[in-house]
Order: sequence, then C-alpha cells, then structure tokens
Amino acid sequence: MENMTLLDFARGPGLQWALWIFTFGVVWRLVGAIFLLARKDLSKPRRHNSLVAGIGAVISRSAPAHAFEKKIRFQHVTGYAWHFALFISVLFFAPHILFFESVLGFGWPHLPNAIILLTGVIAIGVLVALLIRRATHPVQRFISNADDYISIFVVLVPLITGLLAFAHFGARYETLLAIHLLSVEVMLIWFPFGKLMHAVMTVPARFQAGTAFGRRGVKA
Amino acid sequence: MRKNQNLGEYLQMQGVSRRGFLKFCSATASLMALPPSAVAQVAEALATARRPSVIWLSFQECTGCTESLTRSHAPTVESLIFDAISLDYHHTLQAAAGHGAEAAREAAMEENSGEYILVVDGSIPVGNPAYSTIAGISNLDMLKEAAEHCFAIVAVGTCAAFGGLPNAQPNPTGAVSVSEIVKDKPIINVSGCPPIPVVITGVLAHFLTFGTIPELDALGRPTAFFGQNIHDRCYRRPFYERGEFAETFDDEGARKGWCLYKLGCKGPTTYNACATLKWNQGTSFPIQAGHGCIGCSEPQFWDKGGFYDPLSAGQWGSRDALLGAAAAGAALGVGSALAARARKKRAMAEEEA
Repeated sequence: MENMTLLDFARGPGLQWALWIFTFGVVWRLVGAIFLLARKDLSKPRRHNSLVAGIGAVISRSAPAHAFEKKIRFQHVTGYAWHFALFISVLFFAPHILFFESVLGFGWPHLPNAIILLTGVIAIGVLVALLIRRATHPVQRFISNADDYISIFVVLVPLITGLLAFAHFGARYETLLAIHLLSVEVMLIWFPFGKLMHAVMTVPARFQAGTAFGRRGVKA
Repeated sequence: MRKNQNLGEYLQMQGVSRRGFLKFCSATASLMALPPSAVAQVAEALATARRPSVIWLSFQECTGCTESLTRSHAPTVESLIFDAISLDYHHTLQAAAGHGAEAAREAAMEENSGEYILVVDGSIPVGNPAYSTIAGISNLDMLKEAAEHCFAIVAVGTCAAFGGLPNAQPNPTGAVSVSEIVKDKPIINVSGCPPIPVVITGVLAHFLTFGTIPELDALGRPTAFFGQNIHDRCYRRPFYERGEFAETFDDEGARKGWCLYKLGCKGPTTYNACATLKWNQGTSFPIQAGHGCIGCSEPQFWDKGGFYDPLSAGQWGSRDALLGAAAAGAALGVGSALAARARKKRAMAEEEA
C-alpha cells in the first residue's frame, strides 16, 4: 500500500509475519517433543492406568507441595494472581475479542472496561514485583538467565502499551495502538523460542512426567 | 455584492444584525482556538475585509464538496461569507461556460496575481493526464499554472488533500493529491468526504482576519478543526468505557445508542470536527445517525480494510498461510525428532562397540 502508516504495518504485514513465525515455532517444538516420547517399553509397568497418574500430576503440581507451602507462598499467590489477571485482560477485553474473532472466526462475551483496567493494572504490578524479586533474590538471580528477563520484558511491554492505548495517554491513539500491536507481535515471535513456551508445554509436560512416574510406581 | 463593497457592508445589506455578526465572530474565534480577546480583531478584520479573489478548480471529484459547502439548509452567516468572497472561477457554480469561463479564470489570475486563494477539489491524474481535462487543458497543467501566482492553496476534500477515492487501489488514473504536485506554496488540507462547510469558512475567515494560514497538523490540516479525534469527542464514548456495544445495526444496543466500535467505527483514528460541529447546522453527524465513522478525513481511508471491520481486527492474511506455517513447523519437528533419535542410536552403537 502506498504511504503505509505504522498502524497499517502493525495490523497487516507485521501481524502476518508474527503469526506465521509463532505458529511455525509452536508446532515445531510441540511436535518435536511429542515424537521424542515414542520409545519401546522395556520393562513391565508397575501401574497400568498411566492416564490417571498423568492427570493426577497435572492437578497435584498446580498446588504447592505441602513441605514447601510456607516457603513458596509468595510465588504461589503472585503466580496465580498474575496469570489470572493476564487471562482476564487478554481474553475478555472487547477490542481483543474482536481481534481474536478476526483470526479465529468466532468470539465470546466481553467484560466492562473498568474490570479490564483493574486486571491490567494488577497484572503489571505483580509482574514488576516478580521481576524485582528475580533481580534481587540471590537464589532466583542465580537460576535466572537472559531468557527469563527477555520473556518478562516482551510480556510486560504489551501490557503497558495496551494500558496507554486504552487511556489514550502519551501519543495519538493510532500511534499507541500501532506500538501496542507491534509489542504483541514481538512477544508472538519470541514465544516459541523462549520460556513463554511454558504456556503450551506445562500441561503436557506434567502429564508426561505423571505417566512416567505412574509406570514406575513413584508417588510424586 | 459590489466589487468594492466590504464584508461588513455586505452582511448588513443582507439583513445580518451587528449582534448576529459578532456571534459568528465569537464562534469563529473559538473554533480557531483563539483567545476571547481576539474576537474584536476578528470582527474588525472581517467587517472591513475586501473580497478576496478565489479561484476554485474542480478535478477528479464528485462535486460532493461543492454540494456540502453550498447546500446549507437555510442561509447562514457562514454561507453569506462564502457568498461574499469573489469566486472568480468555479465551473459548477459560474454562469459562464467554455472559453468565456477560462477567460474569467485567466483574468482573475492576472488581476490578483500573488493574492488570490486557490481552492482545489478533486485529485489530479498523472498516470494519463487525458483522464481529466478542462477546456482541453489537463488538470496537472491547470494546477501548475494556477498555483504559480496564488497566495495559498486550500485543498478541499480528501481527494485534493490525500488522493481520496480516485487514489484507491489500483488507482487506474494515477491520481495524486495537490501536495504531491505543488511544493512551493502553503497548502491547507481541508479533508473529509465531504468536509464540514464551517471548516472551509473558518479557514477563509482566518485568511481574512490575519492574512496568514492557520496552524496545521502533520497532514497539513488546520489543528483547530482536525486536532482531536472523533472518539474523544463522541457522545457515545461513555458506552465504550462501560463496554456497551451495538452488535448489529438493529439490535437493542443500536436502539439504545451504544458504542459502534464493534460495527467498524473508525472514530478513534479519525481526526475531524464532526462530533463537535456536526452537520446541517449542528443537527447531527454519522455516529449520531447510527452509523460508525468511516474515517473519511484520513489518508487512504478507502484502502484501510472494510468499513465494518472493527479497528482492532487484524489484517492477518489467510488461514491457508497459517496452515502452511503449521505444516512447515510439524515437518521440522518430526525431522528434528528423527535426527535426535538417529544420533542416540549411533551413540549407543558406539558405546556398545
């Protein structure tokens, strides 16, 4: 298009490339991991119903292990608060649903903007708190690498730019909207290649670990 | 209006009271974002202003802009001011035709050299100039000739300001805006399809008062009228904030006047004064009439996706392309898993040996 604006690019070619890379990367990693699982059973399993063990692990690992309950309460609470706030902000804001509808072909009911504003602010606040903790806590700092910080950054920026676009604050709306879309596209491109992939991998990974443990008769 | 009559005398003759005239001056000053102290200056300048010569060139256009400016419901001070300019050439409105009309244009240009205001509506075909000619003169040649000795140019309507509908893909005539041809004269873009009448009279009033061009935005539009987007001034904005949207043009939300964002309203990215000045003497504007803004005062508005596609909908290509990306990812996944297994097998064989 002649005289393509930043918003035209963000809504058009930018979004197309980001979605292609995202889809390609997610399918690549998921299929690769699934195919690695196929191997011969060389011993007689202790427990035959590995499906129950797999589902059990998915559920049991969603709550802290009793022995560590007090020690990891902060991560546990903030982790749930962050994911819940993110989930609401991303999936129940009317303009977002219209975006998903344009990609998926179907939509769903939305929540009032005031609630989205609240969850958006909570999500940013919690993520910043977690980032500060990661950067200052000696153990967390030790086990963190560039992937952790990049993954937090690429998720934090769309939240901030989204709130700015929502509030029409700092620049013209079309500029803010374009920056918001571009920041989401950066996140989509990073997603399959970094730790954000946990959004796809967590449940299957827990399930796989559960079935393996079940087969060996490990209670975990 | 006699040639040597000033605007004040003319308006008085037309039955416009001093009070009515001052009210118009106050409104114009506030429209142009001038301080209240400027009202007296506006009134004095307008009352004593001599008729400025205006040459109006219509190129690739639909005459909608002229319709907008001349077909007001009842005579207003704005329309009288419009009448009061010396419109020396306008081939839709003038009585003269053929060579006589062209002679009038040439005479006006010579008489008022360096002082006349050139108003252009319509885009200019540069792909093949023969697509639009007047008296055998191509639009391109006529614009260049008329622009050479003008004081300033007012590009009226989105076609003249940004290329508009003729410029829409695939642009068969090679249509361009005035600013893509004329580079050495001040150009005021009064965009809109059509533009709001009071915006053009506001710009003319600014000329008459200050003899300068008004403050313009990055797209060359007067900031007094194009400084804010429709969404920020829309009376339906509270419904947007509450998340109350019309889903179709005839549902309960539509009847209750809820926000039209989901129906493709381009208000948030459109800069114009429709929501404040409104149309037909402040009666209504498209959103008030129940239809979303189509963004007609913005460049390439015709090519920015469907009028009924919500602003947040992406133009993300086809599902086939996404399926292709997924297939490529799956192939690479299978390939890398097989390669890993082969490596493992080789390592085990080496260990055994």
